[in-house]
Amino acid sequence: MQSQQAYAVEMQSIYKYFDDFCALNAVNLKVKKGSIHALLGENGAGKTTLMNVLYGLYKADSGRILINGEQVEMKNPNVAIEHKIGMVHQHFKLVENFTVVQNIMLGKEVSKAGFVLDISRARKQVVELSKTYGLTVDPDAKIEDISVGMQQRVEILKALYRGVEILILDEPTAVLTPQEINELVNIMRNLTEGGKTIIIITHKLKEIKKSSEYCTIIRRGKYIDTVDVKNVTEQQLASMMVGREVNLVVAKTKTNPGDVVFRIDNLTVEDSRKIERVKELSLSVRKGEIVGIAGIDGNGQKELVEAITCLTKVKAGRISINGVDLQNTSPHNVIKNGITTIHEDRHKRGLVLDFPVKYNLILENYNRPRFAGHAILHEQAIHKFAQDSISRYDIRPENCASELARALSGGNQQKVIIARELSDNPELLLAFQPTRGLDVGAIEFIHSALIKHRDSGHSILLISFELDEIMNVSDRICVLYDGRIVAEFQQGEVDENGIGLLMAGGERKNGI
Amino acid sequence: MGSKIAELLNKTATKIILAIVLGFIAGALALAVAGYDPGTSYSMMFTSIFSSPQNMIQVLILTMPNILTGLSVAFAFKTGLFNIGGEGQYIVGAIAAVMVGGVLNLPPVINVIVIVLVAFVAAGLYGALAGFLKAKFGIHEVITTIMLNWIALYLNNYLVSLPGIGVKNTEYSFPIKQSAWTNVLNGWKTSPHGQAYLSTHPALSTILLGTDINYGIIIAIVVAIAVSFLLYRTTFGYQIRAVGLNKDAAEAAGIRVKKSIVMTMFIAGGLSGLAGALQMTGTLPHALVTLANQPGYGFNGITVALMANSSPIGCIFTALLLSALQFGGSTIQMNLGAPSEVVNIMIGVIVFFVAVASMFTMISERIKRRRVKIAG
Ligand SMILES: Nc1ncnc2c1ncn2[C@@H]1O[C@H](COP(=O)(O)OP(=O)(O)OP(=O)(O)O)[C@@H](O)[C@H]1O
Ligand SMILES: [Mg+2]
Repeated sequence: MQSQQAYAVEMQSIYKYFDDFCALNAVNLKVKKGSIHALLGENGAGKTTLMNVLYGLYKADSGRILINGEQVEMKNPNVAIEHKIGMVHQHFKLVENFTVVQNIMLGKEVSKAGFVLDISRARKQVVELSKTYGLTVDPDAKIEDISVGMQQRVEILKALYRGVEILILDEPTAVLTPQEINELVNIMRNLTEGGKTIIIITHKLKEIKKSSEYCTIIRRGKYIDTVDVKNVTEQQLASMMVGREVNLVVAKTKTNPGDVVFRIDNLTVEDSRKIERVKELSLSVRKGEIVGIAGIDGNGQKELVEAITCLTKVKAGRISINGVDLQNTSPHNVIKNGITTIHEDRHKRGLVLDFPVKYNLILENYNRPRFAGHAILHEQAIHKFAQDSISRYDIRPENCASELARALSGGNQQKVIIARELSDNPELLLAFQPTRGLDVGAIEFIHSALIKHRDSGHSILLISFELDEIMNVSDRICVLYDGRIVAEFQQGEVDENGIGLLMAGGERKNGI
Repeated sequence: MGSKIAELLNKTATKIILAIVLGFIAGALALAVAGYDPGTSYSMMFTSIFSSPQNMIQVLILTMPNILTGLSVAFAFKTGLFNIGGEGQYIVGAIAAVMVGGVLNLPPVINVIVIVLVAFVAAGLYGALAGFLKAKFGIHEVITTIMLNWIALYLNNYLVSLPGIGVKNTEYSFPIKQSAWTNVLNGWKTSPHGQAYLSTHPALSTILLGTDINYGIIIAIVVAIAVSFLLYRTTFGYQIRAVGLNKDAAEAAGIRVKKSIVMTMFIAGGLSGLAGALQMTGTLPHALVTLANQPGYGFNGITVALMANSSPIGCIFTALLLSALQFGGSTIQMNLGAPSEVVNIMIGVIVFFVAVASMFTMISERIKRRRVKIAG
């Protein structure tokens, strides 16, 4: 009884089925009060599902949940909130045109005289909370005007405002810049010092080492182990999670790139508010080369990608592949000329969530003779192709061809997109945050797929906010800052610190 | 895989049937509150339809345009467009059919085919206009189609008032030539031989001569199957469904979203126009009439599509249901004095429960969960 008291959360032998599919198979989780506890597992392992069960969003088919030693039936999130559990979802749930304070008090409004909103009181509480835990935000800024990292703070504040003692963070760092991640780790420390308990889902082993005391590993819905983070290495964590040895850095040979295939000359692009986001940018990619663009989110990456894919108009400059101008034509034309794209926002640009997986796998090619003749879809060929892609790219569950893309876990959705974009052997693959939200096993796989694509004589333009990814995969590295390429290096000419400095707007210098 | 699809369809169908049952219950309550015996009223609605072959045929005749306008709305829905323009497209289809059918004199079957195709294209272009305004200028299709409905109505009335088109001192235009009528045994029943035969066969005579029995319903059913095929088996259907489900992803994948929108509205308009054309070729007076109000089939189409959850095949059944209810509703009003608005209540409740069909999913989940718990 006494030892039980020390646990803020105990989940015992949790089962959860989706139809016949067993997403959680006797999973256990014990979280010590006042600790930061990481939850690690491959894409589709069941992490989000487990947390949704804890938060009352899904009901377990069997198993017990104890909060502070007391058994609780988590019928719905209201029960969870009563027990002071809060959850920050991977996709934030904020009202875009409300201010920070308005968002935080939404659903728990304080009022004067019974019906007049008492915003100033709420505002005071919010300011106090953010001071206590170092969660600096502008309480009066509108959500649409603040960065993703700030939005996340708002979500955390929202939970704290409701008096949360146990905080669940589902992949909080997938959308953050390295600096923001460090700040988040500090905030988490402040919270546990204040007696709160934190469960964090993340794929980034480095962060687990940095932030957490304990780590529970689940694999394909089964409980594997709970370890003391001090006593394990990143490599050990990775192999426990995947069930085999994982190369955190994919081996690759040096290339001898050929002629320039793709080039951008003096490109200028404005965003929807007519602010220049890309400024006279020039770069080129050669045959058989991976060019990585390092940079912090918001320095023009999004506009650059939209300009290349013709989803937005270019103000000035040229974009060309094999000498053919592409700027201001159509997405269709870009694809026809051999450029395919992995977009950053997979739910918006990447997938038709309410289409089955197999239809998503042919989104750009449904018209090809392979999949259709006389305007009629060849269902069998499509299905076979899907089966093929699913096993080649290890998309799970393996019988998902006819399932809606919506039912896949985030990481597996990403694999569907990658499978599709590489299926046609594009001359240039434009990869924007290709491994966002993927587990280390999957990242290893994607990185080797990229390198294989390069080795077969094709080119890749990789845009990523993950400096590690840029460093590991690229043959040539460009640093993007404020809409310009401020420096360019060959692989091996520079280390992470040097690039990190340039990314943050440090002294402009030329590596070549 | 087939069984899986069947299972899915089954589920949706069950939900819709449940919604219909709830609609009937709500209708019964409304009748009871209004002081009429629900049992008597419902049985009268039911028996009135089956009391005579004429009535049954009458319901089927009503069903034809409802299926087609229902398909029109359902089809546009798949691209995420709300086609309220069924009324106007229906009228344009009717106008085109009469204009062409009044002058054309081709061999019988070809004649009808040409008339129907011209009407389809005319109404299709009318629908495509709304699609174009949406794609090019972002003007919402609900607004444009409502305005186009009124433009079509006044165009119709204007044409009927013109000397060359309207028949003097009547509210009718000249009719479609009889060779283009789609009535059953159209030529034979007016021939001397046919007339002689029918005079000795009164039952057949009441059907053939006493109603506008025509091939429209068969064509409508075939078209529903064709639309279903188009949506689910062809690249075009794939494309427009992708646009309807996620425009941004479709655009990024190189699908021409604007073209899809215009094409979808063309077909949606054509389907409603087909209803108008077949109505002209199939029912008296085979001519345009001065309209005081919208004909109502376009709005019926919205109800039909909503009840069918936008399934083209489903539209066949929900159009039949709607037509039967409307027919039955008028008989209880006539015979019992019960308000025919009861029918509108029933239809409203059905639409409502189809729309919140996810509620049934929740209930089924709960039942499943309970079962697992007992088993575990
Ligand atoms: N609503 C649902 N219906 C059907 N299957 C589901 C549903 N939600 C999750 N699943 C399945 O359950 C499994 C676990 O999904 P979950 O989202 O918990 O994974 P995860 O560990 O969070 O993965 P990721 O790191 O990719 O986010 C997946 O195989 C997924 O396809
Ligand atoms: Mg997840």
